Amino acid sequence: MIEGAPWRRWIFFYVPVTGFVVALLFPFYWMIITTVRPDRELYRPWNAPNYAPFWTMHPTLDHVRDLLTTTLFSTWMLNTMIISLAATAISLFCGLLAGYALSRLKFPFAGMIGTGIFITYLVPQTLLFIPLSDIIRNFKLGDSPWALILTYPTFLIPFCTWLLMGYFKSIPKELEECARIDGATRWKAMLYIIFPVAIPGILSAGIFAFTLSWNEFIYALVFLSSPEQKTVPVGVTSELVRGDVFYWGELMAGALLGSIPVAFVYSFFVEYYVSGITGSVKG
Amino acid sequence: MARVAMRSLNKKYDEVHAVIDVNLDIHDQEFVVLVGPSGCGKTTTLRMVAGLESITSGHISIDEKIVNELPPMDRDIAMVFQNYALYPHMSVYDNMAFGLKMRKFDKPEIAKRVQEAAEILGIEQLLKRKPRQLSGGQRQRVALGRAIVRHPQVFLFDEPLSNLDAKLRVQMRVELKKLHERLGTTAIYVTHDQVEAMTLGDRVVVMKDGLVQQVGDPMELYNEPANRFVAGFIGSPAMNFAAVRVAAENGSLWAESEGIRIKVPESMQKRVEPYAGKEATLGIRPEDLHIAGAGDPTDLTFDAAVEVVERLGSEILLDVAVGPTTMVASVEPTATAKVHEKLRLAINPERLHFFDNETEAAI
Repeated sequence: MIEGAPWRRWIFFYVPVTGFVVALLFPFYWMIITTVRPDRELYRPWNAPNYAPFWTMHPTLDHVRDLLTTTLFSTWMLNTMIISLAATAISLFCGLLAGYALSRLKFPFAGMIGTGIFITYLVPQTLLFIPLSDIIRNFKLGDSPWALILTYPTFLIPFCTWLLMGYFKSIPKELEECARIDGATRWKAMLYIIFPVAIPGILSAGIFAFTLSWNEFIYALVFLSSPEQKTVPVGVTSELVRGDVFYWGELMAGALLGSIPVAFVYSFFVEYYVSGITGSVKG
Repeated sequence: MARVAMRSLNKKYDEVHAVIDVNLDIHDQEFVVLVGPSGCGKTTTLRMVAGLESITSGHISIDEKIVNELPPMDRDIAMVFQNYALYPHMSVYDNMAFGLKMRKFDKPEIAKRVQEAAEILGIEQLLKRKPRQLSGGQRQRVALGRAIVRHPQVFLFDEPLSNLDAKLRVQMRVELKKLHERLGTTAIYVTHDQVEAMTLGDRVVVMKDGLVQQVGDPMELYNEPANRFVAGFIGSPAMNFAAVRVAAENGSLWAESEGIRIKVPESMQKRVEPYAGKEATLGIRPEDLHIAGAGDPTDLTFDAAVEVVERLGSEILLDVAVGPTTMVASVEPTATAKVHEKLRLAINPERLHFFDNETEAAI
């Protein structure tokens, strides 16, 4: 905490924090207010009388109703959910085993393999989608959920591996040694001791992986084409911007509903998630 | 319960030769302490016995069976770690039961053994708690409990008391000793604390730089240290050393240096004789020095100037300057010595030590 006179606390703490919070939350506020604002207010020019962009006197759920009845939004939600869960599960499984191996087992080139995995994470998706689309076409996976379920792990596995590797390193190796003396094989020690202790790390890796897949845009845009296969980010932006007409109300309603699962997951696991990132195991 | 034997045991890491040719026989029911400064190879030796570290060469046998290639779980040992290594997600009961569950004991037997161990250690009321709800001393007990429920052949202790505060450490030391009396299980105990080593060990192994310096019961190490390192390591405060020249005069030998001229006692003449005219190191324990009285012969005393007075209650430690060297003398608590005072110190002639300057071996 900042010490000294009250004005110091105001200048160095409350004012910056307030600014930060407002800057962070304003887009969400804008999303909500645009969702419930009727069309006649949305498309009113800025110099019209009674122009009030920051609030509305006539909130309406028309846009949400339109979104759910006239578009495939619920299908997109379901697609996104299935794809995100599957990609997260695959990545967590691989990341757990790889992270454990890289942090605990001594084998030749362990360090190099670790760095190698990290480097693949650094290759930007905007480049990687070109060779990947070739592969997707060759395996005839285009326009199916598998195209994403199998390509998302290309960036999720390195991510999970590194996060979990760091977490496993923070667990005292004596825990495992003790388990092995107590009669557990390495596999059992991993299953009964290391993984349960690493739950905060595993959960945060899972949350991150889920969020990354949920929000992923470019692969989904490139690999999927028919409207009923699309995910929320692609569906909303491609189906609700028709020609040069932006259906702002529906767009924002889609964004709002689409961010609910992520917000839910975060708030539910926030405690685990914080201790997972700070990586503290208390004995 | 079992014998443990190490034969020509070696451990090499990439560049470090951590354990060099260790030969050690640990008898059934014996409590052996490995002691030495950090990096001396004591923990590595213990970890090789546990099977947590591979053996570069040589072999280890437990109960006449060579265990070099056996995984830790098949060696029938239990280990207590410095940081306790309690499983944080399990209750105390589950922590203690884990080893038995892994070995497929049936439930009533597990419950019985855990209860039994908990009673021995006085932790029955803690069985439902999680490790994070326990104090340091309680965690230590749980770690001990986890080791004893298995009734292993050998206990391994890796500095188990060094995370406790001083008072608790003394208390747990006594309890460990009692526990060993009661169970009689062969135990190997690693510590860097020579007091722990002396009080706990039936025999003590002093190590330095990967080499065993001396093996013996505590008083043997104290009274007859094999070399200068052991002499300086065992005993607190540490032994005083002074570089001396051995001179032969009038048919007897004298140890001389600036400020000191002491007659080598008859019993040592023979051993010290080859060093006549040469340099050697004289060793005197602080408790073998006292303030000279009228009865002390002058050829066993020397002048000293008091620099620091440390009153410990049961004794007084005097840091004194003797010529260019500093020594510590442990004197009666009734002594009235003051800082800067000049006094004469007398030695106990039967308890002098001489060391070769090159090999550092005792003469």
